[in-house]
Amino acid sequence: MCETCGCALPDRHGPARDDRTVEVLASLKTRNDRLAHHNRAHFDAAGVLVVNLMSSPGAGKTRLLEATIEALGDRHRLAVIEGDLETENDARRIRAKGVPAVQITTGSACHLDAAMIHDALHALSLEALDLLFIENVGNLVCPASFDLGQHASVTLLSTPEGDDKPLKYPVMFRASDLVLVTKCDLLAVLDDFAVEAVAAHVRRLACPAPVLEVSASAGRIDGWLAWLEARLAERRRSVFHPVAAHAGGDLLTRPRSPA
Amino acid sequence: MHELSLCRSLVDQACRVAERHGAPRVRRVSLRLGPLSGAEPALMETAFPFAARHTLAEGARLELIPCPVRVHCPACGRDSEALATDLGCPRCGEWRTRLIAGDELLLESVGLAADPSPRHDQEAPHV
Repeated sequence: MCETCGCALPDRHGPARDDRTVEVLASLKTRNDRLAHHNRAHFDAAGVLVVNLMSSPGAGKTRLLEATIEALGDRHRLAVIEGDLETENDARRIRAKGVPAVQITTGSACHLDAAMIHDALHALSLEALDLLFIENVGNLVCPASFDLGQHASVTLLSTPEGDDKPLKYPVMFRASDLVLVTKCDLLAVLDDFAVEAVAAHVRRLACPAPVLEVSASAGRIDGWLAWLEARLAERRRSVFHPVAAHAGGDLLTRPRSPA
Repeated sequence: MHELSLCRSLVDQACRVAERHGAPRVRRVSLRLGPLSGAEPALMETAFPFAARHTLAEGARLELIPCPVRVHCPACGRDSEALATDLGCPRCGEWRTRLIAGDELLLESVGLAADPSPRHDQEAPHV
């Protein structure tokens, strides 16, 4: 029994001495990170670009994906992994556009993790894909803490949410490779949202991610599509030329010319 | 509440240490927790006893070690303390800094007990 207050948890109070102390220095995310690394190896072997979409609920992730499929579906082979607490609604919307979708229902879990993605991959043939989107659970907090093996993280911020969100959710926005201000057609009626303020807040987090305006319903997604095309082109280059240029001479087996 | 799943991996790692050293239970778990780790200290403290229930870490004390946010500035070459919501260099104002501390979520050490005594098999409310 605890000598301080008589409770049954003696180690909560006072100077309980350890009989032995073991230094560990291991991240709590070790297991997830290892699985994420494994996922990434699968993606790289198949040459597929994987983009993780994160935002609060209702920021327009699924709507943006529908518009993206309409624009790119003819040129690239796409698929989507959908994360939601409940329902298959989002996967149905994606399938209605003729693109394979795997729905992960997390129950009460507030985020996707690398193990869930790994399980979902069994339902997809990665070799038959150019671009895989992961639509994370709508939440600006938890998904930021879990690497899934993606190549790029994209955070959506819809204009009705307010332009101060990057500073309120620094963990999420700091780790973004691209920030999309969605529903920008509403800027005309919102007098307190400035896209420049979003960009300034993102810079305050030392994050160089571009901040682009999009509106899926108004068909203004050109910047987003160009960003995707650039990433796809980068990916193709890295697949076809796996040897880094600077590794040069050492890997050649040619006899050296006499000095 | 992803703190619960983080606490589960914390408890798993701590219990593995106990098993490796043949200890009957874990007395203390020390965790380095930075403001940019994405985990809330108060929620970690709430979730820890639940994650530890029916394990070697049941009844163990969770010690949270705060870690200040620090950035390295490539422009002026200096390291400084910064705010989680303002990672610019406080000395020269450069915004393109590199985070060098403050996102830790690191099991630093585990304190082991030699005696197996207070494993609570029934609910023991803290009074």
